[in-house]
Amino acid sequence: MILKSIDKEFIHRQSAHCESGSTSNLLLNYGIEASEPLVFGIGSGIFFGYFPFIKVQGMPTITFRNMPGRILKNTAKRLGVRFETFKFHDPEKAMDALDRVIDNGVPAGVRTGVFWLPYMPDAMRFHFNAHTIVVYGRNGNDYLVSDPVFDYPVVCPRKDLMKARFAEGLLAPRGKMYCLSEVPEKVDFSQAIRKGIREVCYVMIHFPFPLIGVGGIRMFAKALRRWPERHEKRRLPLYLGHAIRMQEEIGTGGGGFRLIYAAFLHEAAHITGDDRFLEMSKRMTAIGDRWREFALYGARICKNRSSDGDNFDRLSDIILDCAGKEYQLYKDLWEIVK
Amino acid sequence: MEKKDVPQDHGIYGQWHGICYVTDENGEYVRSKSSGWEPLNIANGIAWEFINEDLAGILKKVKKGELSPLAYHMNKNMMDAKVLSQYSGFARWRVNRHLKPRAFNKLDDEVLKRYASVFNITIEQLKETP
Repeated sequence: MILKSIDKEFIHRQSAHCESGSTSNLLLNYGIEASEPLVFGIGSGIFFGYFPFIKVQGMPTITFRNMPGRILKNTAKRLGVRFETFKFHDPEKAMDALDRVIDNGVPAGVRTGVFWLPYMPDAMRFHFNAHTIVVYGRNGNDYLVSDPVFDYPVVCPRKDLMKARFAEGLLAPRGKMYCLSEVPEKVDFSQAIRKGIREVCYVMIHFPFPLIGVGGIRMFAKALRRWPERHEKRRLPLYLGHAIRMQEEIGTGGGGFRLIYAAFLHEAAHITGDDRFLEMSKRMTAIGDRWREFALYGARICKNRSSDGDNFDRLSDIILDCAGKEYQLYKDLWEIVK
Repeated sequence: MEKKDVPQDHGIYGQWHGICYVTDENGEYVRSKSSGWEPLNIANGIAWEFINEDLAGILKKVKKGELSPLAYHMNKNMMDAKVLSQYSGFARWRVNRHLKPRAFNKLDDEVLKRYASVFNITIEQLKETP
């Protein structure tokens, strides 16, 4: 196990999404300048999944990003960086292990449950268990936390952090912690970018499961059309609001990660020198804006408490439009990176 | 989205900001801070409205003696019996039983302490409801 100390104050750079942000921040502190969109793209972060049988607070799971932990793993693999991962059963032991690491000056990525983090704004304290933060030091029992979605580093007391690391429920973190153990001298971004995009194209177009990828978007659009008949009228705004929150709430950078991915494609064009990515980036931005239109229109329906079938047809049409455009985009991307 | 269109609708983020990736005048991508977006504030508000409504219903049942105070605290922390059983270490059927006043009133301090520590409150607070 080789863990290096960074020998200086941790640099905190605010980002849109927690996992790509903390990965990017860790790499930055070890001298690899990889922006958040770049990490997000190399980690193949963009995704769509509609899982009506997995319930989040009693509502269907709609996700715009891949499994928590995948971005980190993919990025590490593709950039040749190595991580040491630790898992624990005993909360006290988990905290002691964290103490040992950060007392040596090594920042550690830690998986937490949002609900128990005291610095979270009250309006956002839901049970969401895949929030990744970086702990880089402590003053006695106060831990210095670089939470990538916040403006500046925050302080978290030991007992709260312990509770957050052992949150229960869906995607329980079980004290997961990771540190960088090997960093290469030089990294080849353009190969990594291609690999990242290739995986995205495969998952979004060809994945052999109907609820994932562009097919999943279509399934969701179809299901949405039937919501006014299938759900209690009173609870309709709740369901629609849930879909909007999954797409827009802090951590997605707007438009269900589509805008981050557009930024990635833009950066990819600069790094690889391939101007075709610029064109793709523009199209992706348009798709992200279209998703935001869905949120805008959906919120209006929520506010007016209307359960008119026409409204839901229109929402469904917006999503189908996104699906069609995304399908074409991934096809064209595949032509570039194949 | 363009830089000039970044929404600044103060709301659920409180004093914090979210990051948006937007294009500037030259078509380059830049990071931009947003203090919130109205549709999101609405969606978040609705979620809380329903949570509080459900909680008020539970509270009424607790007052009527149909449910134990544990049910109130469980719902206040947005848990269900399954999650509470994972946190407390009690089997699910036991948690379900403790949601009824008759079983709850007979619990000894050891059991109550475990529940109280899940919610970060004292045993006295656990027995009370507002």
